[in-house]
Amino acid sequence: MTGHPTAVEIAAAVRRGERSARSVVEEHLAAIEAREGEVHAFNLVTAEAALARADEIDAQVAAGQDPGPLAGVPVALKDNLCTRGVPTTCSSRILEGWEPPYDATVVERLTAAGAVSVGKTNLDEFAMGSSTENSAFGPTRNPRDLARVPGGSSGGSAAAVAAGFAPLALGSDTGGSIRQPAAFCGIVGAKPTYGAVSRYGLVAFASSLDQIGPFAATVADAALLLEVISGHDERDSTSLPEPPLALTDRLDQGVEGLRVGVVKELLDAEGMAPDVQARTRAAVAALEAAGAKVDEVSVPAVVYGLSAYYLIAPAEASSNLARYDGVRYGLRVDAPTTGEMMDATRTAGFGAEVKRRIMLGTYALSAGYYDAFYGKAQKVRSLIIRDFAAAYERFDVLLSPTAPSTAFPFGAKADPLSMYLNDVCTIPSNLAGHPAISVPYGAGDDGLPIGVQILAPALGEPTMFQVAAVLEASLAAEGGAS
Amino acid sequence: MASLSRDDVAHVARLARLRLTDEQIDTFTSQLAAILDHAADVEALQLDDVPPTAHPFPLANVLRPDVPRDAGIRDEVLAQAPAAEDGMFRVPPVLGEAP
Repeated sequence: MTGHPTAVEIAAAVRRGERSARSVVEEHLAAIEAREGEVHAFNLVTAEAALARADEIDAQVAAGQDPGPLAGVPVALKDNLCTRGVPTTCSSRILEGWEPPYDATVVERLTAAGAVSVGKTNLDEFAMGSSTENSAFGPTRNPRDLARVPGGSSGGSAAAVAAGFAPLALGSDTGGSIRQPAAFCGIVGAKPTYGAVSRYGLVAFASSLDQIGPFAATVADAALLLEVISGHDERDSTSLPEPPLALTDRLDQGVEGLRVGVVKELLDAEGMAPDVQARTRAAVAALEAAGAKVDEVSVPAVVYGLSAYYLIAPAEASSNLARYDGVRYGLRVDAPTTGEMMDATRTAGFGAEVKRRIMLGTYALSAGYYDAFYGKAQKVRSLIIRDFAAAYERFDVLLSPTAPSTAFPFGAKADPLSMYLNDVCTIPSNLAGHPAISVPYGAGDDGLPIGVQILAPALGEPTMFQVAAVLEASLAAEGGAS
Repeated sequence: MASLSRDDVAHVARLARLRLTDEQIDTFTSQLAAILDHAADVEALQLDDVPPTAHPFPLANVLRPDVPRDAGIRDEVLAQAPAAEDGMFRVPPVLGEAP
């Protein structure tokens, strides 16, 4: 909880004409003005456009029209979501100056629901990272402790919500890039089922894993935002043929009789901090007290998730990022021939982590290594899906920590492999295409937020949010230890 | 598993159209080797009977009627290009000398 008005409260007040969208937006722009200098959540704040949009919404209300379920609610957008005529950089030099000629589907849906975009948030370059330190435009700082990272890759979006710059934000999650920063910043973040939210207009990192999802200070706000952005889109061929998710009516259903499995391999994962384990066990106890049937469960193949992910995601990235060649958009470094121009552009335009992943993926796909690495990783993906299916025969949802520790200091994970180990609990859901949500559940020994992750089978979001709401309420009853 | 060599890294960089300094090749060689060592757990698994998964859900090809649609944004797209001419992207010579 950030102590600021929630999206649910703002939208209700604006729709009833009790508050103007302009006053809401002005209040949030003032919050940005006050703290953005030290937090650096944004690559771009679109203050004028936001005020103009707020006036449109107020005019709709004055004319007796309903602007929609997010009427007047400020939203921050991760800067890998295309916004027509507004720079979209992916925090990379290679896209500097590019203005997309169209809006992402999620941006269209937010606009249609009455939301107001306040700007584009910082990320690890092309969403590759777990700390936002890989941004070409400098890191974002954790609003809870400015000496710590906000997590990543959607660190700017998480920080924007945690700092009260916007009640809602969108991020993208390929291996945990929504859930881990949500945990580090003490807010709610969800990765939906693969295909539940259109990826049209999301700049691709690893296409079989990427999903757009919500950040919010409360479970109810996250549910509302996910309802608005979900549902089939014919412009994304991997979009599931499903209606929008119905979540907000499930939040008061409780967990009586629900079966909750605690994933042993994730709770006891290598490097898991004792305070994170303790808070996860506290969440288990709270669900049990609320009437859930809780037991430990083994999902054996998840221990191979990290290795499989760091072969599959770079392989897909090496292919997706081949398009940045200086021909059609963004940076071009001039050279006498097209081949040299492409080499020079990519060498100057990409940062070290992006180069590392392109190299890793190119290697994993190259002749002689494909079967040993990429092929094996795809088979591991099948094993993980199989083991989850077995677990979901006995349980409605699964539970684990979100990240192995609280937010770490800048520079603490300079070695790439140690940074990757952060994603051990979040990666399995991406490989399986399943939804998962991180809910704040108190603080660690250092006083910083800890998140607990609820995992569900494909399209299990309604039950997942139902459990999340119970955890949120139990934490509030505990005295909001965070 | 054969360990990753500097030559492997230099070869992969060429394939990926990246130019690396000698120092960068050294750094990447040790970093990528550490990541691939971690992946040895996957490489060691016996998975002959397991089918690969490329995509989480078995979606069939999604088709629509083959009707041309004009997004009406050609000029906007070309305006974003580093160089454009006569409705096309302009690039330096692909073969031979510059004119």
